[in-house]
Amino acid sequence: MVWEDRPLLRALKVTKYFGKRVGCCDVSFDLWPGEVLGIVGESGSGKTTLLQCLSGHWVPSSGRVYYGEGTNGLADIYELPEPRRRYLMRTEWGFVHQNPREGLRLRVSAGANVGERLMALGFRHYGGIRADVLNWFHRVEIDRDRVDDFPTTFSGGMLQRLQIARNLITKPRLTFMDEPTGGLDVSVQARLLDLLKGLVSELSLSVVIVTHDLAVVRLIAHRLLVMQQGKVVESGLTDQVLDDPQHPYTQLLVSSVIQA
Amino acid sequence: MKKGFKTEIKIDEASSPRLNGYNFAYLDEGTKRMIRRALLKAIAIPGYQVSFGSREMPLPYGWGTGGIQVTASLIGPDDTLKVIDQGSDDTTNAVSIRRFFTLTTGVKTTEKTSVATLIQTRHRIPETPLRPGQIIVYQVPIPEPLRFLEPRETETRRMHALSEYGIMSIKLYEDISIHGRIATAYNYPVLVNERYVMSPSPIPKFDNPKMDRNPALQLFGAGREKRIYAVPPYTRVKSLDFEDYPFRVERGEQSCALCGSRESFLDEIITDDRGTRLFACSDTDYCQRRHTEGQRGSFSGMPLLAAKRLQREA
Repeated sequence: MVWEDRPLLRALKVTKYFGKRVGCCDVSFDLWPGEVLGIVGESGSGKTTLLQCLSGHWVPSSGRVYYGEGTNGLADIYELPEPRRRYLMRTEWGFVHQNPREGLRLRVSAGANVGERLMALGFRHYGGIRADVLNWFHRVEIDRDRVDDFPTTFSGGMLQRLQIARNLITKPRLTFMDEPTGGLDVSVQARLLDLLKGLVSELSLSVVIVTHDLAVVRLIAHRLLVMQQGKVVESGLTDQVLDDPQHPYTQLLVSSVIQA
Repeated sequence: MKKGFKTEIKIDEASSPRLNGYNFAYLDEGTKRMIRRALLKAIAIPGYQVSFGSREMPLPYGWGTGGIQVTASLIGPDDTLKVIDQGSDDTTNAVSIRRFFTLTTGVKTTEKTSVATLIQTRHRIPETPLRPGQIIVYQVPIPEPLRFLEPRETETRRMHALSEYGIMSIKLYEDISIHGRIATAYNYPVLVNERYVMSPSPIPKFDNPKMDRNPALQLFGAGREKRIYAVPPYTRVKSLDFEDYPFRVERGEQSCALCGSRESFLDEIITDDRGTRLFACSDTDYCQRRHTEGQRGSFSGMPLLAAKRLQREA
């Protein structure tokens, strides 16, 4: 494994206002290659706003987001030319939506959904694309004979796995996940997390994962940010934050989990 | 002519079959200038969709309102107009549009591709090769080739601007995965001048190669969608494909029953309710010319007029 001496993603005082309302405020952190960063907090605490700012979708009101791009060192993603930013978004980055229907094209087949990023990159060999797609169906544990079915015929868990395959097929360096296990039943959640954990270590993915589910970050995240009312109130290694919470809000969050 | 109407074009009122009370070619001169400006921009940027202030025309959307407006803004008293619908000069759409221009301009009309200076077409390119100086105007229902995958106009415009055309292959991918080959047979997307992906209008893909480096000026008008685009003469037009599934023109084994052509695009005509059928050129002018040259197909015993009537009724 090659150790890199610079972070992959650096957030510097990222702040987003919606009029007078605060989305997120003064969020700073570094994400290193191969690292999984969890962002937890209650509903409305600014997790998704932060994720949208980090992933190039919403321009922050102030603050900067840097991305370790190529050999050029860290570049402010909002100062990159738009074609370049959009290119990064569909090659080196992935975005897994909470609702897989937002991240998929429902009117084309599952296989075309997974192959889309390859075609967007300029691959024009059907046989090659098809083989790669089938390989990814296998990796995310979807039957290969479902490759030509429409996503609308898939179950919720399968859709989420399909969305993950669609994002990971170009081997992105950085993946953003917004509640990837939300809305799935517990056993499906467990299998999906297992799958994600495997893929993360296999591809040495860097991930920013937003969730309100502490069990999810316990399993998958190396480091945690705890957010409340748009601000980061606590950060640290996952086990440290969850086992020895310092901030009153984190203590409340940890103690609210029902022990099964 | 009413007072207040200004016509810049002088024509001989007495000998013309033209209707009184309308400006030459129906549209007012201001509208024509606006459309010509859009056309010039479209020609300057091959394949780029230029928006224009499409007018209400005296026929419904989907019947060629875009094509008619383009033709009306270009036609002059010296032009010879040909109008075809699915290759044929005598189907309803072609007949009414030709009549419209006869009434509003009084220009000469023709069925001969070689004689026409201006050709308005729906869904075909004539078999007879076009020559330099000719203009062909296509009627276009949906000008946006990316619409199938991206419903947002703001997004498709951005995709065109940034040449993000990777997803165009999705439709071809779907074809191969379902049918084992690229089954798209008409409205087959093309790349113009190695820059813009363009919808060729619903012409059969049989006609796609004719667009490539064609000596005539090709103009496209979409009235409902308010878009004009163009392919200037001798411009490269490439049909999209995959490396291992290259673009291929498909044509059946049949020959034209009337003129025996094995090269032309054929219509299938059902002749009774017991499954009998015959195939005939969709381009009636091409077929008739071959017929007068003495070429005959399997149906040569049948008088040409009767055969053409069959074709018309089909």
